Amino acid sequence: MNPILNEATTPALSNNTAKVTERYVHIEDVGMQFVTKKGTFEALKNINLSITQGEFVSIIGHSGCGKSTVLNLIAGLLQPTTGNLFCAGREIAAPGPERAVVFQNHSLLPWLSCYENVYLAVERVFGSETKVQQEARAYAALELVGLSHAVEKRPNEISGGMKQRVGIARALAMEPKVLLLDEPFGALDALTRAGLQDELMRIMQKSGATAVMVTHDVDEAVLLSDKIVMMTNGPSAGIGEILEVDLPYPRKRLELAENVQYNHLRSEVLKFLYERHAKKVA
Amino acid sequence: MSAISINKEHLKLILEDAKTSSESIVKETVLAANEDNTHMQMIVEKAAEKTQKSAKSQPSAMQIKITDFFKAVIPPVFGILMFLGIWTLLSHQQPILPGPISTWHSAVELFSHPFHQNSLDDQGIGWNILSSLQRVAFGFGLAALVGIPLGFMIGRYEFMSSMTAPVISILRPVSPLAWLPLGLLVMGAAGPAAIWVIFISSIWPMVINTAVGVSKVPQDYMNVAKVLNLSEWKIITKISFPYVLPYMMTGVRLSIGIAWLVIVAAEMLNGGAGIGFWLWDEYNASNYEHIIIAIFVVGIIGLLLELGLSMLAKRFAYE
Ligand SMILES: Nc1ncnc2c1ncn2[C@@H]1O[C@H](COP(=O)(O)OP(=O)(O)OP(=O)(O)O)[C@@H](O)[C@H]1O
Ligand SMILES: [Mg+2]
Repeated sequence: MNPILNEATTPALSNNTAKVTERYVHIEDVGMQFVTKKGTFEALKNINLSITQGEFVSIIGHSGCGKSTVLNLIAGLLQPTTGNLFCAGREIAAPGPERAVVFQNHSLLPWLSCYENVYLAVERVFGSETKVQQEARAYAALELVGLSHAVEKRPNEISGGMKQRVGIARALAMEPKVLLLDEPFGALDALTRAGLQDELMRIMQKSGATAVMVTHDVDEAVLLSDKIVMMTNGPSAGIGEILEVDLPYPRKRLELAENVQYNHLRSEVLKFLYERHAKKVA
Repeated sequence: MSAISINKEHLKLILEDAKTSSESIVKETVLAANEDNTHMQMIVEKAAEKTQKSAKSQPSAMQIKITDFFKAVIPPVFGILMFLGIWTLLSHQQPILPGPISTWHSAVELFSHPFHQNSLDDQGIGWNILSSLQRVAFGFGLAALVGIPLGFMIGRYEFMSSMTAPVISILRPVSPLAWLPLGLLVMGAAGPAAIWVIFISSIWPMVINTAVGVSKVPQDYMNVAKVLNLSEWKIITKISFPYVLPYMMTGVRLSIGIAWLVIVAAEMLNGGAGIGFWLWDEYNASNYEHIIIAIFVVGIIGLLLELGLSMLAKRFAYE
């Protein structure tokens, strides 16, 4: 068995039996202003959100409303202008490996092989383990995303979908408490995207980690999430509505296509985006 | 020491010449951070492109390959012939200027025993070239040792960049040979002074290119470093250094070019041994063919240094 699955599964199981931590990721009255040449720009206003441990949350909204900003705040890459963010009861002060990020553009280092890209993360998080153990982790993570055959390849020698999978492997190899994904499949074709969504769903089911994913794709949001956070348009964007998705797992995309509840949820999101908060095309 | 007998006019000319050429190179440093704009390479690449293109469209005919070969070869050959023609013409107009043929005979004789050694002032051209190259290697090596780490610090830390900016902007435009008297004064000897001049004039492209490269490391990569919480050492070895390497190699190439330009001029003032000294010495001894040979030798070695480093840079590129 590969170590990732073993270790990641254990805490999730024990949490199911024990009391699940609510407010694991907690966003409190957060506002975000950017200082630009033309003056300050208020991107986010009054954001309040609580995420339970093990939950999969999607953030959906029109382009430029501030989805990435929310994710970067949770990652610690940005500091809020007002309000506070907490993770596991602690204030988020800086980025850290317990909150791994899958970047929108994969952000692999082009001079390192896929394996080395993943190993860089493993080495940092599991530095106390032996080299053999660390290597096993890196290989296991790549195996998990089905890339055992491409470990020695450089990022520019593999396809876009494969790069994205390496990015996911890198994040998973860190065994993060919270996985942050910024439009992880945005740049991929529909077929590849569907395959990776299924893979991600399977992995998240097994690991039981908390996840926050930014997306543009309504189907993706409904398929993967426990909760969909719908954002209003910026400037001064906020959370418009939060939709609970209580479809049972495992979710199969073909069966869901005819599921009444699935289609209801889907149209709820569509109504929010295209009726109540339609974006005027300039 | 014969070389010290230069009059002031000469000195001025040399200084100005060295200044303009080095200035334009320094400008190039910033503008052409990554470009390969060697004329030779352009020609070679164009020729290669042409061969490829036509090889693709009509792959069958051997004849086409031959015409392509001539297309690639004829213009440069034509250029060289024209150059030789103008040179011959000029040497007929002004009989004191040696023509191509007498220069060629003189070169054949000169290069038949490049490593002879009669006295310190009379040694083979091979020795002179080697001692020039050695000075360049020393001065340039020191400059790289100081310049590259300095560039890293300037690119990485805002504070370092603001701190060094005023000093660098004042020192960088100084003509290389203006540093020579200072070197002679402080070091007391011609040899170290020449190395000092090379050091101080070839350090800037490496500092600036490295710093520009480091400051351009994409934010995405730095975000990865932040999320992984990488140590400063890991950030340098795994992210900054590989990213900056191509920039750095451009700096190194420009620096070597400057070092080679400067050494010839410095040796003319300095005396001792070296190709620049030899050139001046032959002028004083009225061996005019040798002056022209020296010019070609300097040019060809400069070209070889440039090509060698370009090849090295290509090997270091990660894509
Ligand atoms: N560093 C910054 N400086 C100034 N303004 C910024 C900065 N980062 C983001 N913004 C502004 O904040 C708003 C939200 O940006 P953000 O990247 O979070 O949008 P998004 O919802 O992720 O959009 P997309 O779906 O297109 O990725 C935008 O109007 C953007 O112009
Ligand atoms: Mg975004």
